[in-house]
Amino acid sequence: MASDISHTTSDKTSEIESSGTIISIDQMHKWFDDFHVLKDINLEVRRGERIVICGPSGSGKSTLIRCINRLEQHQQGNIVVDGTELTHDLKNIEIIRSEVGMVFQQFNLFPHLTVLENVCLAPIWVRKMPKIEAEEAAMQYLERVQIPEQAHKFPGQLSGGQQQRVAIARALCMKPKIMLFDEPTSALDPEMIKEVLDVMIELAESGMTMLVVTHEMGFATRVAHRVIFMDGGEIIEQNTPTDFFENPQHDRTKLFLSQILHH
Amino acid sequence: MTKQYTPGTHPDLPPPTRTRGPIAWMRLNLFSSPLNALLTILSVWLLWLIVPGIMEWIALDSIWTASDRKDCWAQMNEPRDGACWAFIKSSFQLFLFGWYPEDLRWRPMLCFLLFLIAVVGILKDDLPGKRYWLWYAVAFPFIATWLLIGGFGLTPVPTTKFGGILLTLIVGIASLSFSLPIGILLALGRRSKLPALRTVCVLFIEFIRGVPLITLLFVASTMLMYFLPPGSTFDILMRVLIMVTLFASAYIAEVVRGGLQGLSSGQYEAADSLGLNYWRAHQLIILPQALKISIPGIINTFIGAFKDSTLVIIIGMMDILGLGRARLNDPEWLGLAPELYIFVSLFFFICCFSMARYSLSLEKRLATEHKQ
Ligand SMILES: Nc1ncnc2c1ncn2[C@@H]1O[C@H](COP(=O)(O)OP(=O)(O)OP(=O)(O)O)[C@@H](O)[C@H]1O
Ligand SMILES: [Mg+2]
Repeated sequence: MASDISHTTSDKTSEIESSGTIISIDQMHKWFDDFHVLKDINLEVRRGERIVICGPSGSGKSTLIRCINRLEQHQQGNIVVDGTELTHDLKNIEIIRSEVGMVFQQFNLFPHLTVLENVCLAPIWVRKMPKIEAEEAAMQYLERVQIPEQAHKFPGQLSGGQQQRVAIARALCMKPKIMLFDEPTSALDPEMIKEVLDVMIELAESGMTMLVVTHEMGFATRVAHRVIFMDGGEIIEQNTPTDFFENPQHDRTKLFLSQILHH
Repeated sequence: MTKQYTPGTHPDLPPPTRTRGPIAWMRLNLFSSPLNALLTILSVWLLWLIVPGIMEWIALDSIWTASDRKDCWAQMNEPRDGACWAFIKSSFQLFLFGWYPEDLRWRPMLCFLLFLIAVVGILKDDLPGKRYWLWYAVAFPFIATWLLIGGFGLTPVPTTKFGGILLTLIVGIASLSFSLPIGILLALGRRSKLPALRTVCVLFIEFIRGVPLITLLFVASTMLMYFLPPGSTFDILMRVLIMVTLFASAYIAEVVRGGLQGLSSGQYEAADSLGLNYWRAHQLIILPQALKISIPGIINTFIGAFKDSTLVIIIGMMDILGLGRARLNDPEWLGLAPELYIFVSLFFFICCFSMARYSLSLEKRLATEHKQ
């Protein structure tokens, strides 16, 4: 894995420097009962920016990105997504959710629906798209993730890698402005990781705003503008991939990197 | 050290042990061990003792036409030698409709026909114009009520005239079909994030489950009057229907809750993350899966509640069992209890068995469709 780090695209950052902010998290805290999971999180994400979040298990990475589409509720601070603030207002939550796509570690496809139905469900019921149009769009996205031929199968009949690609197509079919990925390749066999990463790389190249929790450092180096390291519910360090991997500042980051890179 | 044969001189081998056909089947299933063989022989012997007698009583020596039980017995070699089905036959119209006016009996019959059409409309997935079938199914209870009790141009029939199979089916069908949606709502309420709603649902479910149905029926027949404004009449059948429905729905709620708990939280999260609201998520994602898991339990509850509906005789309603028992006291047919109970059992068995078969076929169909 370490060898991948050498091909860094040097001037990725310049393209997005000028674009506006799409997610802004300000002094956000979250507790699970009396357990303080997220502590004073401040994060600005620009339009088109791609961020990789890493950190040891239990550091709050999933919780952080799940706060962005309100799968988890924060207790303090604010989160503004594309101009809409996340509050108790269900209307706002629905707006944000329909603009933020999410891909889970466990795929979470709907097992009782075919692949095609999985993908066109939300456009039909949330975007009120006519069924035929939605199916056409769904087929386009299935082609984009390279499994149009599986459209009429049920998720249970597909391999893990194929299921994860369906999950990506399902999220994309809502034409989201932001995509969240929570360890999308961690539940996959090694030979399937690449097919999913390829789809994600293609998506990154198309200019999608992405927040990806992953330990795939090759992927981070190749597509990320910024790598964020979390530990104990805090953002410890953030930097461009090159600087992050070659010149980590914090001891905890160094320890973490030595653990994941040397095995 | 196998013996060598020159080609063509090998003696024929014994035929292989058969693995198919009736003999092989018997060897495999009935005589697989000495104990098994002994049990098989014992069972056959017992059947030999019992079955011929029963068959003679039920079929061979039975009497189908007679004016009363004396007449029946006179036609037999010995009294009670066979079943007197003439009893059932002569009371059949009564058993079907109770005291529903004879010239109006086309109405319940039409109702039953419309009911069958509604059932087909709901259960068959690939009907053209499925939506109109569903609208029809929603309208059916109103059409049925109108047909059965009359009014609006039809001769009114008081519900006290309902009886027999008609009454049993009304109580069964109405309470079961309403208990499913109510049960689902209760199950959702019990899992709701709103504390007040949750508490109400829990209390309701636990209260109804903790009380015998008979008690609820007594409440329906007597106490409910105290709660209603004086002078108002509230049809007794209606009250019974409400009670049986509530009773069944509390059980359904728990079965459905079990199904809901069987779903991973990932399904809720995926639905949420796509922007589906609570009701859409439940309609499209959660309930189809939860109900599929719950089918056996739901049908089990349905079968139980359907049979429990015979308890309405306690408060003086004449369902098929009550009417039959009343008929047994008729001097003409005194003491023909076995015939009656066989008939009633057969009726219930057919109803319950078809529900069970339907649930099996549904499970099988959904299992192949949603192959994991
Ligand atoms: N629903 C919950 N209730 C209570 N505690 C929770 C809940 N979800 C997560 N936690 C705790 O919060 C902490 C952060 O969890 P989180 O899932 O965000 O970690 P993570 O960084 O994604 O870890 P991993 O790499 O294992 O996925 C963990 O200690 C976890 O045990
Ligand atoms: Mg996680």
